[in-house]
Amino acid sequence: MSQQTNPLGKQQEYYRKRYLRNLPTAFCTGCGNGSILGSFVRAVDALIVEKKLRKRDILCVSGIGCSAWIPSPYFKGDTLHTTHGRAIAFATGAKIMNPKLNVVVFTGDGDGAAIGGNHLIHAARRNIPMTVFLVNNMIYGMTGGQSAPTTPLHVRSTTYQRHPEPPFDLCRLALGAGASYVARWTTFHVDDIIASMKEALLHPGFAFVEIISQCPTYAARFFNEYKDALTPKEQEQFQRSPGAWMLKALKGKRTGKELDHPRYELTLKDRTIELGVFIREERITLTETLQALWK
Amino acid sequence: MRPGVYFVDGGIACAEGALYAGCRFFAGYPITPATSIVEWMAERLPQEQGYYVQMEDEIASMAAIIGASWAGGKAMTATSGPGFSLMQENLGYAYLTETPLVVVDAQRSGPSTGQATMPGQQDVMQARYGTHGDIAPIAFAPWSVQEMFDFTVHAFNYSEQFRTPVLVMADGEVSYMREPLQIPKQGALPITNRRSLTSKHPRTGEIFLRYEMPKFGDGHDLLVTGSAHRPTGVRDYSPRYHRATIHWLFEKQKEAGKALHQEGLDVESRHLDHAEAVIVSFGAAARPSYQAVLAARKTGESIGFVRLKTLWPFPEEQLARLFKDLKRIFVVEMNMGMMVREIERVGCEAQVIGIPKVGGEIHRSSEILQQIRG
Ligand SMILES: Cc1ncc(C[n+]2csc(CCOP(=O)(O)OP(=O)(O)O)c2C)c(N)n1
Ligand code: SF4
Ligand SMILES: [Mg+2]
Repeated sequence: MSQQTNPLGKQQEYYRKRYLRNLPTAFCTGCGNGSILGSFVRAVDALIVEKKLRKRDILCVSGIGCSAWIPSPYFKGDTLHTTHGRAIAFATGAKIMNPKLNVVVFTGDGDGAAIGGNHLIHAARRNIPMTVFLVNNMIYGMTGGQSAPTTPLHVRSTTYQRHPEPPFDLCRLALGAGASYVARWTTFHVDDIIASMKEALLHPGFAFVEIISQCPTYAARFFNEYKDALTPKEQEQFQRSPGAWMLKALKGKRTGKELDHPRYELTLKDRTIELGVFIREERITLTETLQALWK
Repeated sequence: MRPGVYFVDGGIACAEGALYAGCRFFAGYPITPATSIVEWMAERLPQEQGYYVQMEDEIASMAAIIGASWAGGKAMTATSGPGFSLMQENLGYAYLTETPLVVVDAQRSGPSTGQATMPGQQDVMQARYGTHGDIAPIAFAPWSVQEMFDFTVHAFNYSEQFRTPVLVMADGEVSYMREPLQIPKQGALPITNRRSLTSKHPRTGEIFLRYEMPKFGDGHDLLVTGSAHRPTGVRDYSPRYHRATIHWLFEKQKEAGKALHQEGLDVESRHLDHAEAVIVSFGAAARPSYQAVLAARKTGESIGFVRLKTLWPFPEEQLARLFKDLKRIFVVEMNMGMMVREIERVGCEAQVIGIPKVGGEIHRSSEILQQIRG
């Protein structure tokens, strides 16, 4: 660990001490998961400092995949690292049994949208108060680069020469299913992610935040068009860290608005992906309706 | 329900047993013949300030009760064959994470959808070996409406005492049949409650998770994972840690077996004195079996009766003792012959003869008599 030479060393030390377990990271160099964890502890810290959240009330639940390792074991708080695809269902039981818990699910695109897609739509429909951070790296990272339901059409994965299916728009799915807070960002937009995480953690209902992320180990080739557009100097510079130019590709184009209109637009393989907050609404929640049955 | 005698079906008895034991969370998905448990829990739990949640499937139901258990509640689900199959992966998670909870399987005649509404006992090996990996389950087999109540209470107690899932392997017959049920006064049956956290590592102060069951929200920074882990919960695939974990699960099952024996919850035997032969059975199949024993004894045959109250841990030692001087052992079960293999392993010198029956019908005692005389 080289935090001594890092200009952010002091700040990192602050978060590390308070919110992280002192364990070596398992993520590949340049992976988006580390910065998502960093954003999460910053959002949590801000809310704790603002006295809007207690750390002991946070429960992080995750499934199986690289993204599931973001909280477990790194987040120094209660964590429940479950089975592939089922994190939201585990989280549902914990939240209902103890509504005081602030339940946060970390899931991947395979975990949350393929094997666990059914739990996602039902949790959204129930409007159970919890936050789902779905890390969409457009690939199955942990198992070695196989196609996911989010993989762009016609790219190469380790299961297909030319991926034959169109990808899911997960925010539309969550909206359609009834989620009352829905947002999408990429790992490039760290400040927006932190702001959105803070909102989502306090949102009184089901909050879904999709974070498009980079998997430099298996998904770099999805961004080849961006790589080709780099200057020779950049090409050389980024040779050894595909994560860096992938991040650049995730920057997108600013459109300036949110709600109804996206804040940014990202073009990837002829597809335009809108980034921003799509809905922010207060609706009756499952924990309320269940307790109403007591009377 | 208040203490007293009621004429109800086994499903209601089971649900009332759960409430008596302190269950406050039920997640389920409707399936015959477990629906009467599900519906009764749905009606009764809100009256007890508890939660019934109808999940999107049995995978989610199993997941939700694990989450609820770690959030501090006594939790349960009930299902039948197809749902029990769907629960297996998360059930394995509950074994590895040592999560106290209760699963009721009102077995029906399979495989697949099979004879959806009709009873069977074909999941007994699924209870033992259903999930991947090595597990060491505790599974009760009630044979009456009263035992649907009692065994559900015991199941909760054992799950809390040994921090493990406990199965109630009922069947379509005992969960739908109506009989008198005596609900005891609060306190008449002992209730084991969760042990709070006491043990910390002497040097590091880290929490060890053994029989004490901590819960979320108490500031313990719990690390719960279905991956191989150290006693502190930190993921670690080293052979020595995982080996120790698996050995520990089996050790606990052994301890539970001893406790079950001491409480008389392992096997029940009747008319074994001077018996030459015995009928062994469990659950609903034990009912006609016992009738057959009584009928045979009337005509002077020296035959006894042994009933398994717990299927797992298999009460090997106890059975070996009971079977010592027998010549023939008949095993009556509603499947193609599953527990008979276990009996063979402890059958001593005796000849072990299976009396299997499939097709969704309980044995008739005359059928059993014919077989033991044939
Ligand atoms: C039931 C089950 N099926 C398959 C697997 C293997 N598996 C582990 S992680 C994974 C994919 C994870 O992909 P994703 O959710 O996108 O997470 P990422 O690693 O990309 O962050 C799969 C298929 C498993 N653990 N369990
Ligand atoms: S495989 Fe991909 S997602 Fe997984 S840690 Fe490496 S870069 Fe990250
Ligand atoms: Mg992925």
